[in-house]
Order: sequence, then structure tokens, then C-alpha cells
Amino acid sequence: MVTQEQAWSATLKESAVTAAVAAALMLPMIGLYTSTRAGGLAVGTRWFELAVAVVLIFLGRIALIRIQNGDRLLPAIGGVVAAVSGLQLPLPNGLLTVCCIAGGAIVVLKAGFAWGSGRFTAVDGQKEKQPFALRIQKFLKTYGPWLGAAVILFAIAFPWLPFADRRLVDLATLVLIYVLLGWGLNIVVGLAGLLDLGYVAFYAIGAYSFALLSSNYDMSFWACLPIAAMLAAFLGILLGFPVLRLRGDYLAIVTLGFGEMIRIILINWVDFTKGPDGISGIPKPTLFGLSFSRRPPEGTESFHQFFDLPYASVDRIIFLFYVTLVLAILTNAFILRIRKLPIGRAWEALREDEIACRSLGLNPTNVKLSAFALGAMFGGLAGAVFAARQSFISPESFTFIESAIILALVVLGGMGSQVGVAIAAILLIGLPEWFRELQDYRMLAFGALMVAIMVWRPKGILAFREPTLILHGNDANGGK
Amino acid sequence: MMSPLLTVEHLSMQFGGLTAVDDLSFEAADREITAIIGPNGAGKTTVFNCLTGFYPPTVGRLAVAFGSSVYQLEQMEGFRIAREARVARTFQNIRLFPQMSVLENLIVAQHTHLMRASWFSIAGLLGLPRYRTAEHEAVEKAKRWLDRIGLLSRADWDAGNLPYGDQRRLEIARAMCTDPAMLCLDEPAAGLNPRESAELNELLISIRDEDGIGVLLIEHDMSVVMGISDKIIVLDYGRKIADGPPDAVRSDPAVIRAYLGDDTEVQDNSYG
Repeated sequence: MVTQEQAWSATLKESAVTAAVAAALMLPMIGLYTSTRAGGLAVGTRWFELAVAVVLIFLGRIALIRIQNGDRLLPAIGGVVAAVSGLQLPLPNGLLTVCCIAGGAIVVLKAGFAWGSGRFTAVDGQKEKQPFALRIQKFLKTYGPWLGAAVILFAIAFPWLPFADRRLVDLATLVLIYVLLGWGLNIVVGLAGLLDLGYVAFYAIGAYSFALLSSNYDMSFWACLPIAAMLAAFLGILLGFPVLRLRGDYLAIVTLGFGEMIRIILINWVDFTKGPDGISGIPKPTLFGLSFSRRPPEGTESFHQFFDLPYASVDRIIFLFYVTLVLAILTNAFILRIRKLPIGRAWEALREDEIACRSLGLNPTNVKLSAFALGAMFGGLAGAVFAARQSFISPESFTFIESAIILALVVLGGMGSQVGVAIAAILLIGLPEWFRELQDYRMLAFGALMVAIMVWRPKGILAFREPTLILHGNDANGGK
Repeated sequence: MMSPLLTVEHLSMQFGGLTAVDDLSFEAADREITAIIGPNGAGKTTVFNCLTGFYPPTVGRLAVAFGSSVYQLEQMEGFRIAREARVARTFQNIRLFPQMSVLENLIVAQHTHLMRASWFSIAGLLGLPRYRTAEHEAVEKAKRWLDRIGLLSRADWDAGNLPYGDQRRLEIARAMCTDPAMLCLDEPAAGLNPRESAELNELLISIRDEDGIGVLLIEHDMSVVMGISDKIIVLDYGRKIADGPPDAVRSDPAVIRAYLGDDTEVQDNSYG
């Protein structure tokens, strides 16, 4: 047996090593900063912040080791102290405050979790994860429809909740747009297994279709929506043809180029797209012809006049939120349904083994093109909604980073999982916007969140596949 | 002798300078099991790949005839060979859809039929009875096959989690769910234990006799080949060296030479 003193000295040693590594890493990241000064850049130092961070990491490591060794009460108290002191102490930096609180909370949670499961040692820790995923799967299987209904009800009530201000509803609309995009890309990447890095092209096509049709021909949002979707789908097929023979890395490179191509065309074809200046004054959607403006043009009525309400500019934002919500619900229903049809199963079969597909009489060309077309169609829908939300679009909005973020939603959410993509969209799009207070550290938090998801759930948040047909019911699925 | 289901004439396949199959001609009859055997590298799998459209042959004609129609396989794309000429195949290294369930594997095999029944997804999206009936029938057919290969109780497992022998049989059932006129099996007994290979024999005989289709078989396991084949074709270095019923092939001197080496050479101690 290891004596108490030996255990403590090992703990201290490990914690010291951790703190040393952290110090080495953070010296340039936190300890040094640059500031502009007359005549150039100056390097400043933040030794105090660095010291606080290293001490925090040292203590946190001790707490984690103690939890692994079965000691829960002391680390939990320590965590509470850290969180409270983070709240109370006048730390010199906002990030330190957040780290202090978050670190304390994590330690408390870990201790609490260990308490709950009763046997959280380093070895059992590995085994705990599998049943946890299974438990979520069982839970979703049983309560899935209820949960779905609850989420939809919450979304419908959302704009009327007391904390939902104008900014939050607008943010929720943006999250829903990304949910739409994620679901569209999920058809291509998650179901059909075709790695597409240029998905933003379809998003751009949808947005520009609406913007150009409305500014050139005065067409309304509702008339443009199906056209934008069709144009994007058509482009999806157009892209699909040359890349039919490609898979994996090669496909990724070609689609990446395609995405950039569309953006560069948008920048350079100035006569048609107005180039880098972008298109402004894109109209908002109307409710059966009722616009949401304060003073509608002659001969038309606006929403507040028709219902005899006082004018509120937030109405417009709430309406757009509902439009997006309805589109998202329809999209979800469509994809859930088509997944269980022959075409959906063919997509998944193609992902699993293309050669076997061919030997069973599936035409891989049609299967791939249909996946590209449908995926692109939802990208186009999302693009049109985006243009309506922004009122102004320019090629700036459709850079590669957008493709990367949408792909991240699919991968982090769990390939092929609708719910997973939605959760990932809330985490990745909603939270960073909400945490704008973090300012410079916002993208750092974004990265940390991605790393956390990948460490916690390497195959994505909800990485299990629901069979499209079940013969014996829930319990017979062995071997998982 | 029944009418030939498959007729191969002067098939040659060259990869660069290497001739994998050299002027091969043979016939395979309906309702018979025809085995292709030969030492490693004799070109057996290449013949299969030409048959099922994975390679276009360098020279030669491959025809499948059933009913009143004849299909020239060398002119068809792989998926059309499976869909129209109704030639189904399995693979030497099993190619199931591992993350899909056992049942789904069998349903995907009925894709062409279901796709038509769903009016290319429109009837399916609307949930019309037309599609629902077709899907129900497809599931019933899959259940019959699962029952035949003894996997009915594991229908909801992921195919990739099945034991090896079960995966082999599932792949055969999946090929059969496409309603083939001819079934091509690439080493179905590879990696099976003696009991499993005996079960496989029964399955293949029942496919020949009950489903009434032609079976073309590549196999190394002689207990399978000699036990169930109606006709054996022996290849060596891409050429046919023997062709006939099992007993005749077994005693053919050319076959013995190909498998065991030349007597005279052994006596001369020259292994060249």
C-alpha cells in the first residue's frame, strides 16, 4: 500500500509538473502582450496574471488527482472556494475571473459526479463512458418525440419569454440558419459520406439569388425562396458531375476550390453582383403581403396597421425568427422521412461501401447527385433567409471559414445525427455570440469548446445511428 | 445438359504487360453450381470482375441469357449488370454495410424495386399505401432470407458486429435479395470452420434447387467444391486447363500437375 505521505508527495510532484508545463505554455500566451505605441509595437508583460493562472492550475490539478483517489469532499470545497473567490476577488482580468469560476465549477462537478457514480477511479473512468452514451440513446429512444415537442414548444414561446430581447431573438434566428445549413450538409457528409468543403457556395447562391431577384425584379421573399433553393440544387448537380469519381481527400480539395470559385466570381462579376460592394436593401419577408415596416408604400398595408397594433420594430425580427423556425421544422421532418426511404438508405449504403452498392444494382451517379442536390437545396434556403436577415450581403459573408464552421457543426454534432447538429449549432454559434464580452478571448473559448467536445465525445455529441427499420423492437440490438 | 445461362467466349484480360486471363471460354448452366478453381493468381477473381463489370475485358464476349433476353455483359456498366442482367455477386473480402443493421443490408439490396414503388421518393415522402405495401413486402422477403441463414434473431444488429461466418452468409442473402438470375460467389467458404462450411454447402444447394438459379463459385476449399459442384473449371496462369464434372477433373493429369507440380520435374530435382 502507498502511504498517505507518499501519495501526497506524488500528487504534489505531478501537480508541479503540470504547473511548470502550463507556465511554459502560457508565458507567451498570457505573460506577454503587444500594444501599439508611437513608433511601433511594444511588448508588455502580465506577470501577475501569469502567476495567478499557474497557481490556479496547480491547485486544480491537485483537486483532480484527489478526486481520482477517492477524496471528494475537500476538492469540492476547494472548487466552491475557487468559484466564489473568482466572483468576489477583484482579479485584474476578465478572462481570469471566468477561468477561476469555470475551473471551480468543473472541480465541483467532477467531485459530484464521482460521488454519484460511487467508483470513479482512473480505470473505471474509461468504462463509464460507453454506458453513458447508451443511456442517452435509450433516453432519446423513449422520450425522443416528447423531447422534440418540448423543444418546438420552447422555440415557439421563445420570443415571448422575459429574457428574450431583440438581440437574443436575432441570435436565435442566426442559430436556426446554421441549423438549416448543418442539416443540409449532413445529407452530403453525414449520410452520403461525401466530404464537402465548399458548402458555403450553395449558401452564397441562395443568398445572391434572393438578393438579385428582389433588387432587379422586385420579387418578394416567398417567391424567391423556392427559386433560391432550386438554383442551389441545380448548382449542386452541376458540381456533382465532375466530382463523381472522387472520394475523400480528393473530393474535399475539389469542393474547396468550388467554394472559393463562387466567392471570387461574386467579387469580380461587378456588373451582375455589384462585386465587393455587395447588395443592400434586401426586403424582409411579408406575412401574406403585410410588410413589417413603419410606413408601407402607397396602396399596401403593414402588419401593425392591419392588426391595429402600435408599431414595434421588434415584430419584424420575431417574424423572421418564426419563418426560420418553420423552415427548420419542415426541413427536419423532410430529412427524417427521406432517411427512411430507399434513397436515404442508398446514401448511407454509399457511405459504407460504394463497390457493394454497385454490385447490388444501385447507380452511384444518381445516388451521389441526389445527395448533392438535396444538400445544396437546404444550403440555398438558408442563404435566402440569411439575406433577408442581414438586408445586406457581400462576398465577405461567404468565405471558407463558413464552410469550415458548418462542417464543424456536422462533425461535432455527430455524423448523421439531426439532434446532434442542432445542439452543436447552439453551442458553436449561439454561445460565442453570447460571450462577446470575452472580446479577444472569444475565439479562444470557441476553440476550447471544440477541443472539449472532441475530448468528451470523439465521435460527436450524439454519435449513434438509429436504424431506419427495426424488426424486433428496442432491446434486441446487441453487439453495440 | 440445360441451356447455358452464362456463355463466356475468348475472354482475355490484360493489365499492362500482364495477361491475367488468356482466351478463356466456358459455359455455366442454369440450376447448376459451376466452380472455378485454380492456384493463387490463376485469374479467377479477374474473371469475376469482368463478369460483374468492374473491369471491361480486353477481348471477349460475356453473355447472360434467361427467358427470351440476352445481355452482353462486356457492354454494360456494373450497376446495370446487377440490375438488368441480374448477376449478383459477393466479395472475397466481405463487403457488407457494416454500420447499417442486418435488416437494412437486405433492404438496400431491394433498392431498385423499392425506388420504383416509391415513385423515386415522392410516394414515399407522401406516405402513400403503394409504397408502404412495397416496403412491407421487402421486409417480409428479408425476413424469409434471415430465417434461411439463421440470423432472424439478430436482424437489428449492426452488420459489422456479426461473427465472421454470419457475415459471409448475410452477404449471400443480400445478393439473393436482388432476385438474381445468376449468383457469383468469390470464395464463400474462406475463413469458415468445418461446421460452417457444411452449412454453407446446404445453403448453396438449396439456392440451386429451391430458388432455381445458376451459381458460379470461386473456391479453394475442396470439400465445398467437390461436394456440391455440378461442373468444375480449372484455371492456371489465366488459361483453362480442365473443364468437366468433379470426378473427371479430380483425376485429370493436367490438374494434378498444376496443383502438385510436375512428376518428371520432381524426379529431375529441377524446380525451375
